[in-house]
Amino acid sequence: MAYAEDAEQEELHHPQSYWTKYIWSQDHKVIAIQYSLTAIFAGLIALVLSGLMRMQIGFPGSLEFMDANMYYQAMTMHGMIMVIYLLTALFLGGFGNYLIPLMVGARDMVFPFVNMLSYWFYLLSVIILVASFFVPGGPTGAGWTLYPPQAITAGTPGSEWGIILMLVSLIVFIIAATMGGLNYVTTVLQARTYGMSLFRMPLTVWGIFMATVLALLAFPALFVSGIMMLLDRTIGTSFFMPEMISMGQQTDHDGGSPILFQHLFWFFGHPEVYIVALPAFGMVSDLISVHSRKKVFGYKMMVWAIIAIGVLSFIVWAHHMYVSGMNPYFGFFFATTTLIIAVPTAIKVYNWVLTLWQGDIHLTVPLLFAVAFIFTFLAGGMTGLFLGNVIVDVPLSDTYFVVAHFHMVMGVAPILVVFGAIYHWFPKITGRMMNDTIGKIHFWFTFLGTYAIYFPMHYLGILGMPRRYYDSSDYEFIPQSAHDLNAFITIAALVVATSQILFLYNMFHSTFWGRKADANPWRAASLEWLTPDTPPAHGNWGEKLPVVHRWPYDYSVPGVKEDFVAQTVSEDVVTAEQNANAVKV
Amino acid sequence: MSTTELLRAAEFDAVNRGAGEWQSSEDAARRARTGLRVLMAVISSLFFLFFVAFLIRSQLSDWEHLSGPWKPLENPWQLWINTGLLVLASGSLQLARVAARHQRLQRAIEFFLLAGIFSTAFLAGQVWVWQQLVGLGYYLASNPANSFFYLLTGLHGIHLLAGLIAWIRTVFKAWRGAPVEQLAVSIDLCAMYWHYLLALWLLLLGLLTSSPETYQFLARLCGLDV
Repeated sequence: MAYAEDAEQEELHHPQSYWTKYIWSQDHKVIAIQYSLTAIFAGLIALVLSGLMRMQIGFPGSLEFMDANMYYQAMTMHGMIMVIYLLTALFLGGFGNYLIPLMVGARDMVFPFVNMLSYWFYLLSVIILVASFFVPGGPTGAGWTLYPPQAITAGTPGSEWGIILMLVSLIVFIIAATMGGLNYVTTVLQARTYGMSLFRMPLTVWGIFMATVLALLAFPALFVSGIMMLLDRTIGTSFFMPEMISMGQQTDHDGGSPILFQHLFWFFGHPEVYIVALPAFGMVSDLISVHSRKKVFGYKMMVWAIIAIGVLSFIVWAHHMYVSGMNPYFGFFFATTTLIIAVPTAIKVYNWVLTLWQGDIHLTVPLLFAVAFIFTFLAGGMTGLFLGNVIVDVPLSDTYFVVAHFHMVMGVAPILVVFGAIYHWFPKITGRMMNDTIGKIHFWFTFLGTYAIYFPMHYLGILGMPRRYYDSSDYEFIPQSAHDLNAFITIAALVVATSQILFLYNMFHSTFWGRKADANPWRAASLEWLTPDTPPAHGNWGEKLPVVHRWPYDYSVPGVKEDFVAQTVSEDVVTAEQNANAVKV
Repeated sequence: MSTTELLRAAEFDAVNRGAGEWQSSEDAARRARTGLRVLMAVISSLFFLFFVAFLIRSQLSDWEHLSGPWKPLENPWQLWINTGLLVLASGSLQLARVAARHQRLQRAIEFFLLAGIFSTAFLAGQVWVWQQLVGLGYYLASNPANSFFYLLTGLHGIHLLAGLIAWIRTVFKAWRGAPVEQLAVSIDLCAMYWHYLLALWLLLLGLLTSSPETYQFLARLCGLDV
């Protein structure tokens, strides 16, 4: 399976047709773009759904077609799409695919065919998911956690076909993610170029690598629960379904354990948070370092923090289940591990701030997004400490406080990094710059807008405003001020959602008509900026692979004329230049 | 020295150190082995979670042990026959692997074909066990113990089937006269995977045929007893 030899031959001797180059492509860069565009498409559906939901919450009854069923369907699909089909797919399938081979100096992923299959399975899973909007009964409205028994019991919207398609789609997605993940892990472990030791890899690769390991080990939990629930729904087994009466009839199920599903789901669900967060952590480190012209503060500490977070993320899952009831000692255990995971996370936040400290900060669009991420992640992380404690979680669990927390920490924060990363790597991907002015307008709308949405939600939560309610207008304990605030949040949400048109316009317009970019517009030191072609050709590196002599963060090196030293420059060359410059002085 | 010159120096470096030998087939084999190990880790995670789910579910009141007295798995001789077949498949692959390593192509292909036959027989044997259980009235949905039995043996079978697809591809490769080095890599990968599936099957067999007391003990050990 000498993939690179094959790829080289292909490129040199077999000119590719349009179909093999852009559609059935085995080139990691094309697959990455396919993944990203599909994920963004799915994300736009979820964005529209959130707008519909917000209209119902802020202005109840304003949408005539919105009833309780549709509200729950919108909520379920919004959550599932955003977490899995957008963020997971975009970070691993999109950025992982594009950046790993370029950053470690490989020609491609090690198993390009499997990589291609990964994308087509992902596309299939999205098609199955979208198809569920058009089946009798509509998509599932079970909530994105799909808790049984209600998820598959008559009365829940979409319990006829929606839930089946949802589970099948998830199973197909997991197969896709596994095929992709095998590639990312093996490429990082086995296909690094000369001199690219593990501790010379950019933190982006470390983040994506660890997130992939988490995905490979955690997605099986969703797979297991998905298959068992599918059997409960279709064949009538009783893995999760207890003995119960539904619609006045005794069901065929007997003795199953809904709590078992919750354990399996969250054994996947919590690592999932870090599957999304770790790549974001990695990328934001690179963005901050490049745009403040400073080495990453505490690189090794950052790497170990990524690893520690990854390991710890497997022993915190039951903090999502405090209100399901559990042995108090378990609650104590999971609260403790949850607080411990804050330590490596805090290390990372300190190091980002210390990287910025006294840096030569360029307020570019990617840097703005990176700094916004630090703020947002800090806010979301802090409320996580609240909710990690059993005694605080129990009263807040069913309120908007939780909605605010997880949207801050796992919705807005990673999306800010996605935007920053797209603005940053766009010149390498397309060979053109994105428009800076539109980028800045987009940034301020998104950053301030999301705060206008989610900051007030903390207040609503502490006020006791319950989440998951389809219509909260007729409850005495909810004051008028809360309704006014909800109307405000809805307006802010619609403004933020609309402002994303700026981004889409910028992205598509710049792809074709943007200012031409040179090979390394941000003057970055890491390997992906040193390709012979921009955008990189199939095979990435021309005849020979690059040789790496240093880590990717040599910015503002004393005695060197340029303020960075590329990873491929040897120590001798740098010393020679430093000596030459010293003599001149 | 400007950046361009630095870059040019680096290019020179790369050309002279060369990246030619980077692409050796030994390298490709190593990559494939790593990929397979990662895949086996994923499968282990999958089955580990099934085992935990099995133990938790087995402690609930409606569970009827398939291995209890007068139950079909009290004396699972059919499963032991199948286990023997899988051991033979794994053993043949090991012999094929050793033969391929010593460049004895003929012998390697013979054992490799034998392994496929034993594996197919194993799968047929599993279907036979299923038929017997269904014949005795132990349907998939009638009790969670049955559900787990069909689900776990079925999933193990599917993984072996996937292995057989790789096996068929390798047989075709041999048919078309691929060099022995290339076949050796494929045989090596198959052997790794088959040994792994054998170990997994032994664990499964242990789990599915243990006595109710053993389940109780394991569950208590994990703090899962209700």
